[in-house]
Amino acid sequence: MSSTGITPVPFGRRLKRFMADRPLIPLVILLVILVVILQILRPGIVNERWIANTIKFAIPLAILAGCQTMTMLTGGIDLSVGTVATMSAFIMATQVVKQDPAVAFLLAMMPAVLIGLVNGIGVGVFRVHPLIMTLGTSLIGTGCLQVYQRTVIASGAKIPDFLAWLGTGVTYGFPNALLLFLPLAALIVFTLARTGFGRLLYAIGDNERATRLSGVQYWQVITALYVTSSVLAGITGLLYIGLIKAPSLSLAEPLVLPSVAAAVIGGTSIFGGRGGYTGTIIGALILTVLTTLLTILQMPEGARRILFGLIVLFVTAAYLRIVEER
Amino acid sequence: MTTSPLLDATGVAKNYGAVAALRNASLSVLPGEVHALMGANGAGKSTLVKILTGAIPANAGRILIRGEARDIRSPAAARRAGLLPVYQEPSLIPDLDVLSNLRLTSTPVEPFRAWVRELGIADLDLRDTARDIPLAVLRVLDLARALAVEPDVLLLDEMTAALPANLAEKVLEVVRRQGDSGRAVIFISHRFVEISALCDRATVLRDGETVGVVDIVPGVEEKIVELMLGTRIVKTHVAARSAAQKAAPAAARPRIAVQNLRVGTKLSDVSFDLADGEVAGVVALEGQGQDELFAALAGSIRPSGGTIEVDGAPVKFSHPIDAIRAGIAYVPGDRSEALAMQRSVRENIALPFSAALRNWGPINMRKERATVLSAIERLQIDTRAQGEVQRLSGGNQQKVTIARWIAADARTILCFDPTRGIDVGTKQEIYKLLRELAGNGKSVLFYTSELEEVQRVCDRVIVIFGGRLVDIFPVEEADEPALMRAAYGLPRGAKADIGILADPTAHASDAPEATP
Repeated sequence: MSSTGITPVPFGRRLKRFMADRPLIPLVILLVILVVILQILRPGIVNERWIANTIKFAIPLAILAGCQTMTMLTGGIDLSVGTVATMSAFIMATQVVKQDPAVAFLLAMMPAVLIGLVNGIGVGVFRVHPLIMTLGTSLIGTGCLQVYQRTVIASGAKIPDFLAWLGTGVTYGFPNALLLFLPLAALIVFTLARTGFGRLLYAIGDNERATRLSGVQYWQVITALYVTSSVLAGITGLLYIGLIKAPSLSLAEPLVLPSVAAAVIGGTSIFGGRGGYTGTIIGALILTVLTTLLTILQMPEGARRILFGLIVLFVTAAYLRIVEER
Repeated sequence: MTTSPLLDATGVAKNYGAVAALRNASLSVLPGEVHALMGANGAGKSTLVKILTGAIPANAGRILIRGEARDIRSPAAARRAGLLPVYQEPSLIPDLDVLSNLRLTSTPVEPFRAWVRELGIADLDLRDTARDIPLAVLRVLDLARALAVEPDVLLLDEMTAALPANLAEKVLEVVRRQGDSGRAVIFISHRFVEISALCDRATVLRDGETVGVVDIVPGVEEKIVELMLGTRIVKTHVAARSAAQKAAPAAARPRIAVQNLRVGTKLSDVSFDLADGEVAGVVALEGQGQDELFAALAGSIRPSGGTIEVDGAPVKFSHPIDAIRAGIAYVPGDRSEALAMQRSVRENIALPFSAALRNWGPINMRKERATVLSAIERLQIDTRAQGEVQRLSGGNQQKVTIARWIAADARTILCFDPTRGIDVGTKQEIYKLLRELAGNGKSVLFYTSELEEVQRVCDRVIVIFGGRLVDIFPVEEADEPALMRAAYGLPRGAKADIGILADPTAHASDAPEATP
C-alpha cells in the first residue's frame, strides 16, 4: 500500500493487476481481436447480418455452457446436456404433428426433468462422480431416443412455427432468440450472485465439508442443480431445433464439449468454487467467432480441428496466467 | 554406566518456517533398555520420531548409531541403520494380502509367523487381504513385521492404543523381552501404567527441548509431570471472576445432557452436563476421543450408544443441520475445514443463512450486510483482505469461523481448539469473547490443547483419557499439574495414589478405565 504510490510499478505488472481484478476485460479484448482478424481476412464480412447470425448460433451454446458453469462451480460437470437437448427437440418435433403444442412441450420436457433428477440423485445421494453419472444417463437417454424413433417413424416430424421464429427470426436486426436468452441469462447471473442457492453452489465447490458443517444438505443442492441444468438443456434443445430445423438423433451432441470449453475459457474453474456466467457468455461468443474464422480459412477439416483445439488450449492457459495472481 | 549407547541423538532441531518444532532435543538409548519418550501435546515427540526414522530431515543436530555418525535421509536409510518404527496408523497396504505386504519390505516370512504366534494371534492366514483384517490385529502384524527383521532399535508409537487387553498384554511382554535380549526399544505412550511396567528410563520433551532423563522408579510420575510442565508448575492463582463474568445461576435443567455416550471404540461411557451461561473446558491428550465427542454433539457422526438431551428432550442428530436447528454450532479446530477459502468474509459468515431450502431464494442484501457487519465488529475482524478468506491471517480466519455462529445467534458453541496456531493478541480476544458469550447466557464447550487456557476461560473442566471420562473439575481446582495428571489418566490427588507405580500389575487392568 505504502510504496506503490511513489515508485512506478512496471506497466506489465500494472496491466496484469488490472486484468486480474476485472477478468472479463481480457476476454472482451480477445473477442474483439478475433473479430478484427476476421474483418482483415475477409473485408466486409462483419456486418449487421453477420453479427445477428453469430449471436443466433452462440445462444444455444451459451445456454448449455450455463449448465456447465453452474455444475462446474460445485466441482461437477453435466455431459448429458447434449442428449437432453436432442431428446426434447426430437420429441417436440415428432409429437407436435398430432398433439397440441402445449402438450408436446410438456412431453418434450419430461425426459429433461427425469434425467436431471437421476443425475442429481446419483451425484448427490449416491456420490457417483458427475462425469460418470452424466455420461451414463446420456448414453441411456440416447438409447431410449433410438427406441422412441422407431415408434414414430411413420408419423414424420415438423418444426413448430413459433420455434422457427424464435430460433432463426430477426426483428429490427435483433435475433428473436435474444427474447429468450436475455431474461434467462439475467436470471442465471442473478441466481449465482444474489440468491442463497447461488451462494451454496460456490461454497460447495470451494469446500464441501464447510458447507456440511454449516448445515447445508448436499443432496438437496445437487439434485436441484442437476434438474435445473437439465431443464435448461431441454429448453436449449427446443431453441436449437428452431435454428437447425432438421431433427436428428445427434442434433445437439456436437455442442457438449464446446459448452465445457466455453465455460472454461470464460474463467470458470473445473475444480469448483470459481467463475461466473458473464465470462461464460463471452466464452461462447469467442468459440462461435473462432469457428467462423476457421471455416473461412478454407482448411481441410482435420487441420481446422487441430487449430481449434490448439487455440482453446492456448487461450485457456494464457487466461489463467493473466487472471490467477499467485 | 559404561555401555555405549545404541542410539545417541543430540542437539536435534527442526523449524517449520518461523515455528520451531524442535529446538534442542536429545535422546540416548542404551542397549537392552526400553526407553520411554514423553511430552505433552506439541512438545515435539512426533517430530523427533520422524527425524530419527528418516521421514523428515533435521535442520541441526547429530545422530550417532553405535557410535558412528549416520545421516538418516530416508526411511530406507534408517532401516539399514537398524532403526525401525511402528507408527500409530497401520502401514500394510490394504489391497494386498499379508504375504505380498511382507515381500514388499522383504521381510522374512518364517520369523514373521513366529512373532505373530508369539504375539497371541494363532490363526492368521497370510493370504488374507489386509483390508479385511481388524485394526487391532493389523497393528500387531505391523509389530511382528518390524520384529522379524530384528532391528537394533525399535520405535513404538502408542503401540497399545486400540488393542484389546489380551493383545496389549502380549505386546508389552514381547517388548520387555526385546529389551532383555540386548536390543533397545523407544516406547511412546501416554499411559503411565504401561511405562512403569515396561520402561527403564524416560526422556521428557517440553517445547521442543529435552528437559530431563529420568530412571523409572516408583513415584517418578510426579517428577515427569513436573518436567512436562516446566516452570509453569508454580500453582497459578485463579483470579476470582467478577460478577458479570461469573456463570449465570444454573437453570433447572441443563442445556445439554450427555449420558453414557459411546462412539465406536474411541469414546465410551462419557456423561456430563453443559449449562446455559457456562464455558465448560475439555482437556485431553491427542486422540483420546475428544474429536469423536465433538463430532457426535455437532451431528457429524452418529454415536453408537448413549443419549444426548438438549433442553431436556432427547435428540438424535443425523446431519449437522439437526444440531444447528437445536442451536448447537461446531467450530472445528482446522480452519480449512470450516471456511470456503476462495469466498469473501461476508459469504463465509452468511453461509449458514442459506443452508435451509426455504432460504435459497433472493438474499436480502441490506439485512445480511447489517448482520455480518455487526458480527465482524463484535470480533474485530481485520477486513482489509475480505475479498477472499484465504488472504486473511490465521487469527482472522479463526474469528470468521466463530463470527458465523455469532451472526447466526447459536445458543451453544462447540469450540475445538480455537486458539491453535494464532497470535497472542487474537487469543486474548477469543478468551474474552467466550466469556462474554457465557455472560449472555450462551453455553460453550471448549476443547483446548493448552492447559493454561483452562483457567482463563472455563468454569468447569472435563478431562478425558482413553475415551473415558477421568474427572470433572471446578476451575478453582484445575491448576496445570492437576490437569496434566488427569489428562494422563491419573485420578485427582495422585500423590496419595503413588501405589500405581509401586505395583503396576495390580492396576494394569482397571487403571485405563478410571471412572470419575
